Amino acid sequence: MKFTLSWLKEHLETTASLDEITDALTRVGLEVEGVEDKAKRLAPFTIAYVVSAVQHPNADRLRVCMVDTGSGDPVQVVCGAPNARTGMKGVFSPAGTYIPGKDITLAVGTIRGVESHGMLCSEAELELSEDHDGIIELPADAPVGMGYAEWAGLGDPVIDIAITPNRPDCLGIHGVARDLAAAGLGTLRDRSVAPVAGKFPSPVTVKFDFGDTPALSPAFALRLVRGVRNGPSPEWMQRQLRAIGLRPINALVDITNYLTFDRGRPLHVFDAAKVKGDLVVRRGREGETLLALDGKTYAVDPSICVIADDNGLESLGGIMGGEASGCDESTVDVLIESALWEPLNIAQTGRKLGINSDARYRFERGVDPAFMLPGLELATRLVQELCGGEASEVMVSGAAPERHLTVAFPIAEVKRLAGIDPTEDEIRTVLTALGFTISGNAPSLSVGVPSWRPDVDGKADLVEEVMRILGVDRVPSTPLPKSHNVSKPVLTLAQTRTRRAKRGLAARGLVEAVTWSFVAKPVAEVFGGGKPELALANPISTDMSDMRPSLLPGLLLAAQRNVDRGTADLALFEVGQIFRGIKPADQLTAATGIRRLSATVNGAGRHWQGKAPAVSVYDAKADALALLDVLGAPVDKFQIVAGAPSWFHPGRSGTIQLGPQNIIGWFGELHPSVLEALDVSGPLVGFEILLDAIPAPRARATKTKPPLELVSYQPVTRDFAFVVDRKVEAAKLVKAAQGADKGLISSVSVFDVFEGASLGADKKSIAIEVTLRPTQKTLTDEEIDAVAAKVVAQVSKATQGVLRS
Amino acid sequence: MQKPPIRIIAPGRTYRNDSDQTHTPMFHQVEGLVIDTSSHIGHLKWLLEEFCRAFFEVEKVEMRMRPSFFPFTEPSMEVDIRCKRVGNEVRFGEGDDWLEILGCGMVHPNVIRFAGLDPDVYQGFAFGMGIDRIAMLKYGMPDLRAFFDADQRWLNHYGFRPLDLPTLVGGLSS
Repeated sequence: MKFTLSWLKEHLETTASLDEITDALTRVGLEVEGVEDKAKRLAPFTIAYVVSAVQHPNADRLRVCMVDTGSGDPVQVVCGAPNARTGMKGVFSPAGTYIPGKDITLAVGTIRGVESHGMLCSEAELELSEDHDGIIELPADAPVGMGYAEWAGLGDPVIDIAITPNRPDCLGIHGVARDLAAAGLGTLRDRSVAPVAGKFPSPVTVKFDFGDTPALSPAFALRLVRGVRNGPSPEWMQRQLRAIGLRPINALVDITNYLTFDRGRPLHVFDAAKVKGDLVVRRGREGETLLALDGKTYAVDPSICVIADDNGLESLGGIMGGEASGCDESTVDVLIESALWEPLNIAQTGRKLGINSDARYRFERGVDPAFMLPGLELATRLVQELCGGEASEVMVSGAAPERHLTVAFPIAEVKRLAGIDPTEDEIRTVLTALGFTISGNAPSLSVGVPSWRPDVDGKADLVEEVMRILGVDRVPSTPLPKSHNVSKPVLTLAQTRTRRAKRGLAARGLVEAVTWSFVAKPVAEVFGGGKPELALANPISTDMSDMRPSLLPGLLLAAQRNVDRGTADLALFEVGQIFRGIKPADQLTAATGIRRLSATVNGAGRHWQGKAPAVSVYDAKADALALLDVLGAPVDKFQIVAGAPSWFHPGRSGTIQLGPQNIIGWFGELHPSVLEALDVSGPLVGFEILLDAIPAPRARATKTKPPLELVSYQPVTRDFAFVVDRKVEAAKLVKAAQGADKGLISSVSVFDVFEGASLGADKKSIAIEVTLRPTQKTLTDEEIDAVAAKVVAQVSKATQGVLRS
Repeated sequence: MQKPPIRIIAPGRTYRNDSDQTHTPMFHQVEGLVIDTSSHIGHLKWLLEEFCRAFFEVEKVEMRMRPSFFPFTEPSMEVDIRCKRVGNEVRFGEGDDWLEILGCGMVHPNVIRFAGLDPDVYQGFAFGMGIDRIAMLKYGMPDLRAFFDADQRWLNHYGFRPLDLPTLVGGLSS
């Protein structure tokens, strides 16, 4: 909210400087967002007299002026304004002055052969208005040499403060002054209002008609002032309104705007001649519309509270008046409205209609119900003062709600919650200055809450009042006691997995990225997403319309951005959430990586030893398995089967699973059509591991490892080569061999795969190395042969393979 | 449910409908909560001062608590730190600028009551900050959106080496 320093001083008697006032405002919680001090900014601009203005010898549109600035000899200025002429007074700025409206610093210049030592300024150059048609013309009695801002009354600083939603009382300058007075910045002026006696009954009455629906206005006060002369409001009022960015309209309207800011009391004035019959406050009806004062027509409905007469709608209650019954220069009889509205309904209506009026802003936060009538009296006084006229009696419908809340306040609460220990006197002084009433004595006070503080309803609120007025800087910084014990591990399995996944992948040379949780709908659809329930209701852009079903698209698009910036070899990963539905369990944590071009685990780029290999499905597989290993997952129990979801290349991809129902993740080359759909260039491989799908380790009483018994019997390795059908997976064969003797066989690995005509059509040879590690005794040849026979038997049973001769 | 004393720190992704240099539709919030029978604003102040010193890695951080409003705390405050902008660099503990870094306050009695505890016995404080925003401040980054652009040069510059584990005893940056 904006106000001028002089306006504040109407309510606060103070000798404090502007800086002291702004510091105090921020200190008590009314954060100063800005101070506009035109006097300071426009200090170099002074009043000057144009001694002579003659045609520029070399330019038709320029004039050469000799300007008396009040100090020494006249100064030569080249001026292009059409109104520059001999004998006028204007605003001068010497060379070296910063011109705010042009964002330049003036220098001595030579314009078409004539030197210019300054400038005669327009309003636009001083940022006073948009007017740049000519230079400012001042009356003949303006004193040459005086600061222009000072002379023009621009010296009144404008303070802009942010008001938190709990402080509707500070949406009026009187409330701000009250806080400052409490903080020791001066004395709050008594601005109480004496009622104006009515001379006659109000000819217009107001009644509520909400039927059996909840009332949207608890009280409505109305009065007629007849025989007014409306016209421009006085200069002092116009200046204050302009200073805070409001446009003066006419005295009657300006009074309502003035009191909105002065007291946080929005009012409305109707031209009584344009009101037909009595006023009714009711719910709007479907099909009704109102042309409001902002020139727009609004359609209402039963959720909106309106004021109507026999002509139809006249006002959107508490939000904005109607054009038809507005006051203008011809208004003779004026109806002044001071009402109360349901805050929630005002907020909903304002949002629905898209109206952000000063009235809505105040009513939705809660205006002081006890000030409804004083506000009307104050408005009446101002109307009579500025426009004359005779006031009717006040007509009131309903009754302003009274809260009369008293809070029991043990003063030790201040120490308990805020850590400061003020005296009872200090506490009493602060609360009294803020308008609270106090009875009783320590240890517990009975504190009455004033009508303008709807935010205060308990002792914690009072602690805040005391603390913010005494100053948060009084709170001593107090070390938080440390626990006497070393803390126990608290991270969950998901948390430790996330950490390990990040470290593990980073250690393999992948760089961690964080990409948006949102992707474009078409992109989501490519990766199995795009369900309607995962579309954002209010996306920031079409590129971010849906919650991501996978981390891959974010990384792929990031890769392409890097490629476009000249980084072609890339290895990126992200650990983050993916979304498969709207239930909590549908949000999964994935660890996903991609590699592009030659960014293998061994490094990227060309190498003197040979051609840099492009990344392949095996790089992605190695990353995925390394990640699972880092996570302590039971890698040996996982099956790796060929193929993966549609966004991977069908022949160069694999799925890691624990049975077909429990997919741990995928890896592979990205499908060319996916790269094309995303407009991303390859070669690109990637993997995605679902951290939540990895089974949790079995719960054990202790995490300590069991004792290790090392045996020294000789391990034995034997090689086997099997001829199998081409479509048989090596993993199946390995698994069969492993199963031949679980006690003795410690590992099985593939060391050769061969296809050739000598084997026959659709056949291949897979060679494996089987390691036997005895635990009881050294194996004899017979025992080794027996295991070898079991291996051959198991493999041929599982794969129909035969031992290659 | 765990009974007090409770000390929680919770980081996470958060969303809002805003996008400009200093606001992104997705950002990362770190929330802290302490509930026991004695922690007050003085403790909160100390904790945040210590945090600022450790996070910004400067000896002198001048911090200002300013009364404010949040629905779940009472009293509520916002915290600013004193700094000076020199080009793209931010210098802490000097200058006349105050930059807001977080919101905090004493947990509202109603919140404590809803958790099944007596607010006359239990009390505590809470705070929350946008970690991307204060990182932006620390490093003098001009645009918050760069955090989510995944430019390799940016990631290499601001990222940590994989085995650099930031600890209080070892320091945050190496």
